[in-house]
Amino acid sequence: MNYESYLFLALATLLVIAAGAVVTLRNPVHAAMSLVLTFFTSAMLWILLRAEFLGITLVLVYVGAVMVLFLFVVMMLDINVVPLREGFARYLPVGLLVAGIMAAQMVAVLGGHHFGLERYTAPPAVIEGSNTAALGQLLYTGYVYPFEIAAVILLVAIVAAIALTHRRREGVKLQDPGKQTMVRKADRLRVVKMPSDTREGHGA
Amino acid sequence: MDDLLLLAWTLAKILLIAVPLIVAVAFFTLAERKVIGWMQVRLGPTEIGPLALAQPFADTAKMLFKELVMPRNADRFLYILAPLLTLAPAFAAWAVIPFDQGVALSQIDAGLLYLLAMTSLGVYGVILAGWASNSKYAFLGAMRSAAQIVSYEIAMGFALVCVIVASGSLNIEKIVLAQAGNAGFFEWFWLPLLPMFVVYFISGVAETNRAPFDVAEGESEIVAGFHVEYSGAAFAVFFLAEYANMILISLLAAIMFLGGWLSPFQGWIGGFLGEPSFLWLFAKASIFAFCYLWFRATFPRYRYDQIMRLGWKVFIPITIVWVAVIAVLIVAKVVERGV
Repeated sequence: MNYESYLFLALATLLVIAAGAVVTLRNPVHAAMSLVLTFFTSAMLWILLRAEFLGITLVLVYVGAVMVLFLFVVMMLDINVVPLREGFARYLPVGLLVAGIMAAQMVAVLGGHHFGLERYTAPPAVIEGSNTAALGQLLYTGYVYPFEIAAVILLVAIVAAIALTHRRREGVKLQDPGKQTMVRKADRLRVVKMPSDTREGHGA
Repeated sequence: MDDLLLLAWTLAKILLIAVPLIVAVAFFTLAERKVIGWMQVRLGPTEIGPLALAQPFADTAKMLFKELVMPRNADRFLYILAPLLTLAPAFAAWAVIPFDQGVALSQIDAGLLYLLAMTSLGVYGVILAGWASNSKYAFLGAMRSAAQIVSYEIAMGFALVCVIVASGSLNIEKIVLAQAGNAGFFEWFWLPLLPMFVVYFISGVAETNRAPFDVAEGESEIVAGFHVEYSGAAFAVFFLAEYANMILISLLAAIMFLGGWLSPFQGWIGGFLGEPSFLWLFAKASIFAFCYLWFRATFPRYRYDQIMRLGWKVFIPITIVWVAVIAVLIVAKVVERGV
C-alpha cells in the first residue's frame, strides 16, 4: 500500500463516520455540521482522484453556499426533535425496503456481469494539462446540448421556486430607495416664521 | 524519507507565510488605531514603546492572559470549534497567493476556485459562534453576517469570472502574467474591468464584515455581534482571522486588478522602478489596506436593507452584464486576452 491508499482509507473512514453522524446525532445543528464534514471529505476524495475542479466546486457550492443556507434555516426553526423520533419505528419497514432496493440496484450496476467495470475502457488516470480546461472542452463540444438543457432546467427550477413562494400582499409598508434618494430638504423641512416673544406688546 | 523531507520543507514554507502574516496583522491593528486617530484629530496609542510600536504585543499579551469565560448554556464543542473554523480558512487561503513569479506555496491550476472555496468557508465560524454562544445578540449578529456574506459572495464570484474571462486562466500566477505588457499600468485589468474592480473591493469589504458594512458587529445595536460572548484568546482568534482576511482581500484586489507584482512603469523606464518585484505587490496591497481604514473613519454604517439592496440589486446585475461585455470585447479583439 502506498501513501495515497492510506490517505484514501483515512478519508473514506471519516466520510462514513460523518455520514452516519448526520442521521444519528440528536441535535439538528450538529447533524448539519456533520453533513458539511461529509461534503468536505468527499471533495477530498475527488481531489485524490485528480478531479480537482469538481472537488473544489463541491466545496464552493455545497459547503460554501447550500449548507450555509441550510444551517441558517435549521437554526432559525429551532426544531423539536422528539416528535420527529416518534415515527421512527413506524417508518422503519418502508425505509428498509427503500434501502434494500437501492442496495440491489447498486449491486446490479457495479458488480454484475452486464455493467461490470472491466467492460468499460478505463478513463485516463491523469489528464494532460489543466483539469478545468479538459472539462470545459468536453462540456462545450461533445456534451453541449445536455449541458445547455441542464442549465435551462435549473433556470426553470429557479423561476418556479420564486413564482411559487413569492406573494404580493396588500398593505405592506415598503421603502422605495429611489424616492429615498430623491428626497430634498424642502420635502421634509418647513421653516415657519414666527414673531419673536420679546417684541413690543408681548412678553413680560 | 523523501516524503518526510517534502513535509518538513512544506511546513517551513507555511511558517514563512503564516508568521509574517501574524506580525502584519499585529501592526495592522496599530496602523488602524493610529490612522483613524489622525483622521479624527486624535493621537491614537502613544505610550508603549517608541511610536507605540510595542502596543500590538502588549495587546496580544493582555488578551492571551485574560480569563476565558464560557456562557453556562453554550454548546461547548461548537463554541470552541467556531473560532478555529474562522481562522483555518483565513490562513488556508494564503496557500495559493503568489508573492512574486514562482514564489507561492502551491501553484495549483484551479487556484482562483480554491480561493473562492476557502473564503466561503469562513462564514461557518461566524454562524456557529453566534448559535453556540446561546445569546440573543450573538445570534442576531450571526444571522446578519451569514446573509450578508452569502449575498456578496455572488457579486465577488462574478467579478472574478470577468477576471477569468480576461486572463483565460484560473491559475493566479497566469492571471498576473496576463496583465504584463509594455504599456505599464494601462495593461492591467483595472481598465477593461473598471466596474468589476470597484464591485470586487466593495464586496470584499462587505465579505470581511468591515465598516461601513459591519452590521454583524454593530456595537450600537447588538454590542459586538457574533463574538460578544467570547473573551481572551478565543476573541483574539476571531480578531486575527478578520484582519488576516482584510489583508488577503487587499492582496487579491492588487493581484486581480492591479497587476500583482508587476511594475506600473513596465516598458516605460528601465532600472529598479521598471522591474517587477514583490515590493510592488505589497505597495499595491497597502493602498487597499489603507482604504479599509479610511472607509471606517469616513462612512457611517449602512442600514441592513441598504446592504442587501446594494448586493442583490446593484452589484449582481452589474457583474452579470459585465461578464457579457468583457466577453464581447475580447471576441471583438478590443481587449487583448493575455495567456
